[in-house]
Amino acid sequence: MEQFAFTTLSVFTLVCALGVVLSKNAVNGAMCLLLCLAGIAGLFVQLHAYLLAFILILVYAGAVVALFLFIVMLLDMQGGQPSRPRGAGIVAGVIAAALLITGVDLLAVRGRLPDTAPLGHSVGSSLKLYSYELFTTYLLPVQVMGFLLLIAMLGVIVLSRRMAEPEDPR
Amino acid sequence: MTPHLEAYLMLSAALFAVGFLGVLVRRNTLVIYMCLELMLVAATLALVAFSRFNGTEDGDVFVFFILTVAAAEVAVGLAIIVALFRARQTVQVDQLNSLKH
Repeated sequence: MEQFAFTTLSVFTLVCALGVVLSKNAVNGAMCLLLCLAGIAGLFVQLHAYLLAFILILVYAGAVVALFLFIVMLLDMQGGQPSRPRGAGIVAGVIAAALLITGVDLLAVRGRLPDTAPLGHSVGSSLKLYSYELFTTYLLPVQVMGFLLLIAMLGVIVLSRRMAEPEDPR
Repeated sequence: MTPHLEAYLMLSAALFAVGFLGVLVRRNTLVIYMCLELMLVAATLALVAFSRFNGTEDGDVFVFFILTVAAAEVAVGLAIIVALFRARQTVQVDQLNSLKH
């Protein structure tokens, strides 16, 4: 049953990811990204990371994709055709594909990952343990992250202000 | 029967590859940005799978931080793209070649 759910979710996620890459219209691409993220949230649930699945839906599907759609509609753009890859692009693609295939081959054939059964009894589901970790071991990163969010907010405000100024004298 | 760790890692690698393909093939800056997000999420999937199969919380906490940084990154990146569009009236990468010459 669990295997079936995993297969379904992974095929769904991969098809939606291909939809992001191949769709001509940017709005369709954003919608495919939304579905892809929903599939990944399902995989997170299967991995017992319930909080992360919730955050993924809330932050990514709720905020990020909405922001993408907003910008796509604001700029009123065409999707742009996937252009013919030229010399350097082909070389980079071949090298990347070779690296990836080598990595997957190493993992599947030669790599020996111990304990393929999941350990711990739904550790990820314990919200209390999670927040305890967050506010003891990882207290400094949490504060740094808050500072980073502040900087990002100020940066976005400055970016949208600065670009408006040169247009005023015209 | 539960899926193995290798299955999750291969799915993650495949998702990453699809995102990378999009970055290479597409010419629209916004679509390239979406594909970058796809690559980021593929990496978080691998982290969550490792965390689950290792029986510790650390990978999950790390993914929490990645999601936070990604949200900030998307806000700043989209602001830059909008600023670029205002300056150049286009977001197609083959027309944004001022730094090339």
